Amino acid sequence: MARLITPLLALLALGLALLSLGLGSTQVSVITGLLDWLSGGNGADAIVIGEIRLPRTLLALAVGAALGLAGAALQGLLRNPLADPGLTGASQGAALGAATVFYFGLLPWAGAFAPALAGLCGAAIALVLMLALAGSSGAGMVLLAGLAISTLSGALLAAVLNFAPNPYAMQELVFWLLGSVSERGLEHLLLLGPALLIGFGLIWSQRRLLLGLSLGEQVAQSLGLAHKRGSRLIVLGCALLVGASVAVAGGIGFVGLLVPHLVRPLVRHRPDRLLIPSALAGASLVCLADMAVRLLPPGRELKLGVLTALIGAPLFIWLVWKERKQWI
Amino acid sequence: MDLIRLDRLAVPGRLQPLRLALAPGEMLGVIGPNGAGKSTLLNALAGVQPYSGTLDYFGFDARRLGPKQRAQRIGFLPQSHHSAWSLCVEDVVALGRLPWGDEDAALIESAMARTGVLPWRRRKVAQLSGGEQARVWLARVLAGQPVLLLADEPVASLDLLHQRKVMELLREHARQDRAVVLSIHDLGLAARYCDKLCLLAEGQLLAFGTPREVLTEAHVAAAFQVEVHVDLDAQPPIILPK
Repeated sequence: MARLITPLLALLALGLALLSLGLGSTQVSVITGLLDWLSGGNGADAIVIGEIRLPRTLLALAVGAALGLAGAALQGLLRNPLADPGLTGASQGAALGAATVFYFGLLPWAGAFAPALAGLCGAAIALVLMLALAGSSGAGMVLLAGLAISTLSGALLAAVLNFAPNPYAMQELVFWLLGSVSERGLEHLLLLGPALLIGFGLIWSQRRLLLGLSLGEQVAQSLGLAHKRGSRLIVLGCALLVGASVAVAGGIGFVGLLVPHLVRPLVRHRPDRLLIPSALAGASLVCLADMAVRLLPPGRELKLGVLTALIGAPLFIWLVWKERKQWI
Repeated sequence: MDLIRLDRLAVPGRLQPLRLALAPGEMLGVIGPNGAGKSTLLNALAGVQPYSGTLDYFGFDARRLGPKQRAQRIGFLPQSHHSAWSLCVEDVVALGRLPWGDEDAALIESAMARTGVLPWRRRKVAQLSGGEQARVWLARVLAGQPVLLLADEPVASLDLLHQRKVMELLREHARQDRAVVLSIHDLGLAARYCDKLCLLAEGQLLAFGTPREVLTEAHVAAAFQVEVHVDLDAQPPIILPK
């Protein structure tokens, strides 16, 4: 069964992607529209699929994959099922970066792409600060440094909100922070795609360390695994994934925390085999949640991040309850 | 040629410079009171604790071995074990193949068979008793086929049956070109199963040699601060406080 999980989840993600392409207020033929768009056509179907639904679907899949993968890697590194990828400080850094765009109107030449670009810069600055603060210490201190930088970014973000120039800027910023993959173009994928690839590469290269760490740092070290260097690469990979996804889509909460937990029993709890299934399950979940957002009655749009939080929070409570019972 | 040779090996503040050697086919017991430096010595041998001095492995400086090469040759069973995840027995044993980068099913199965954990291969390790778990942790190290097996108090907190089983497995491993170094508190078991003993106290080497050379009443009294009765001719050997 464990071997079938990856192909099954890949099929699920693909099926949901096709459904997502077909979902919308206008009835269009997905395959015809997609083929037409790929061949450079500019029919109505091609424009609806290629310019609106495809970017949205691909972004939902990529953001979900990034968050699911980052969560699986970080929980494996810290050997804690309650670790959240936001702990790296990159997500708050990205949020602050994007907020400064709304506040100061920076990067006017980038247009709608500006918050994402500034978000990535914010994530990168947070990452550099975190690594500088952590110095040469181990995984625990790196995460503590991440938390410290995250707190600082959070405080600055609160200050930006506090001094918002006008209610519209603040509303725009708050809505952006709530998280969404709508009204984004394929150029956002150019930002998230490389981050997803590099982050995945960094984490995948350390999958054996994640497995070795199951029995503790001492055992991992005695198995010839470079714990200190490897844990840095994993944290760096997670920060890239989370920073880029927050920069592009705002805060999509609970995916990184819960997806690995739901998938873990399906891969016999092996942290190395959890990575790809978690990425695929995260992609499926965010794509599904985005479809749910679109299916809600028209009116004020429910933001994707709000929906994942509404679903995720009760699941998190259930998780804490289950963990608590083990300690009683 | 010696399998390992330690020359002025020391860990600042925890282990004074010591010199000893172990030949292939031998089992070395590291004995001494709590805080004597037994675990520190094993950690240094395993490469998880920085040390000064030299540690030669088959006449070759162990520092010049890469971490992977070292892990392929030296297997380490730490004192305390805990799996962060709810892994099954088979997956824990497969961890022993990490230095080799494979999951050789035949070697994993052989390690499980030798330790008698094969019937529980699909069970979660956390569901097993302490004695059963000890055999699983040992199977993990055996699956890596290390030339030198290091075990830090492998029989601590085990019942008599499991103590004997684990000691016999270690003894069986220390054959031909392989050797075992273990730290142990039970001096009777140490005398019965080990070829050589290394008696440590407060980070210093008090005695090194065969059990008969090391386990004298004077040595044991000096190390443990207690008068003891020693009868190494009894079967099994007896070392008891007076």
